[in-house]
Amino acid sequence: MRIFDPHIHMSSRTTDDYEHMREAGIRAVVEPAFWMGQPRTSPATFIDYFDSLLGWEPYRASQFGVRHHCALALNPKEAEDPRCRDVLDLLPRYLVKDGVVAVGEVGYDSMTAAEEEAFQRQLDLAREFDLPVLVHTPHRDKIAGTRRSIDVLREAGLPPERVVIDHLNELTVAMVVEAGHWAGFSIYPETKMDERRMVALLLEYGVERMMVNSAADWGRSDPLKTREVGLAMLASGFSSHDVEALLWHNPAAFYGQSGRLQLDEPEAPAAGDFAGNTVMRGA
Amino acid sequence: MGPDLVSDVQTLHTVLHRALEEPAEHWLELAIARCAADHAAITTLFPSARRACGGNPVPGWPDWSVDQAVRTRLLLALPLSGEALATTLSDLYHHGDSAERIAVLRALAPLDRHRRLGAAGLPLVRNALRTNDTRIIQAAMGPYAADHLENAAYRQGVLKCAFVGVPLDVVAGLWRRADQELGRMLNDLVRERRAAGRSIRPDVAAAALRLHHRPDPGQELGGEN
Repeated sequence: MRIFDPHIHMSSRTTDDYEHMREAGIRAVVEPAFWMGQPRTSPATFIDYFDSLLGWEPYRASQFGVRHHCALALNPKEAEDPRCRDVLDLLPRYLVKDGVVAVGEVGYDSMTAAEEEAFQRQLDLAREFDLPVLVHTPHRDKIAGTRRSIDVLREAGLPPERVVIDHLNELTVAMVVEAGHWAGFSIYPETKMDERRMVALLLEYGVERMMVNSAADWGRSDPLKTREVGLAMLASGFSSHDVEALLWHNPAAFYGQSGRLQLDEPEAPAAGDFAGNTVMRGA
Repeated sequence: MGPDLVSDVQTLHTVLHRALEEPAEHWLELAIARCAADHAAITTLFPSARRACGGNPVPGWPDWSVDQAVRTRLLLALPLSGEALATTLSDLYHHGDSAERIAVLRALAPLDRHRRLGAAGLPLVRNALRTNDTRIIQAAMGPYAADHLENAAYRQGVLKCAFVGVPLDVVAGLWRRADQELGRMLNDLVRERRAAGRSIRPDVAAAALRLHHRPDPGQELGGEN
């Protein structure tokens, strides 16, 4: 099984995770910029974060045979914090980088005016830099938040196929499919969505324009959940062709719209092999 | 060592001219003109170089990728030298991804030769040597570091290469700069690894042996470079 996890926060994960992911067939990931669990206090810490997503993290991933790209944005939660908002002025300098394949995560957390303004400004940036968009949907008041996100996207006039709306569930998927966007699902051990419910949705909606991700981060999550979906699909009678479409071709097609996706095997690091690398702090 | 791709601007220009096809060549000519007219133009051109021109090895110069050579060419086009050039380099480095940082580091030597950079690029070398990315460390220990890093930092740079797995044969100026103290440090590293029952890379073992009782530079007549 060849897997592309289109939404995973590897900065929060260990090298053990990378090893297990590689063994499970995960060959490519996209890490969107998001909230760190601990609130940031200035735009400067976003720059450090972007640097990490463009430098250290892809390097770390390459040592385990995983291609790492990123999406950059001011996340919805911190869009509300006046200490952080100026990062929007610095974003253009980073959206031009080779490793950036989307603008994201953008969208709503509590549906405030400040969140909406940051959301809209970043949709303009996506158009300016010709990048697809990853939209986060809120944990609370998700149905209203998803609907309002679709409205904002329509007003912004972005082609619907250049947007994925993420963290969907049984009650929010239909409106996203109708609007012509990609539908994203985060498969979690307890919250959001699980692999059994996911398979039921795939039976109803098919695999076209659908993406599943582990969204693994610093909270309870599992970076191998994408494979669990693949196994559950096979057990329910889906073909391996369908599994490959969902877990590889769909994310490759979506982020491929950036023109910046590179899915060949990562180049070997200068140290030459996984056993002698600096991620292990010197062999 | 053979001649360097960037030993003169004309060679670099000719090699890139041969390596690039349209529309990349047109992009580069335009980018050079824009950088020459206004140094601020490089802020957006520098990160775009790989997408515009590609990242394969330069034909005939496999140590250089096309994007590194193109980025070096753009830096050489800037109407800047000395401290003013160092300010722009620092800005590009600190806002750059890994490939851009490597390109800045590799460009330091030609910029020193052709644009009077002097020691003003050393803070970037020191920053690079604090990372744990072997590609960045390797780029930092190029000819510019060999010419400008003070002894203690140069020794630490070599030791870091030995420690993280950058082959010592790509470290510029090693035999010219190596001294007794570096010999001691490398031999201590070998002893530590031996005591721990861990493998020792052949290049590290060979360098440690060669430097074991080496007199300091200047005390040895007729030494190799």
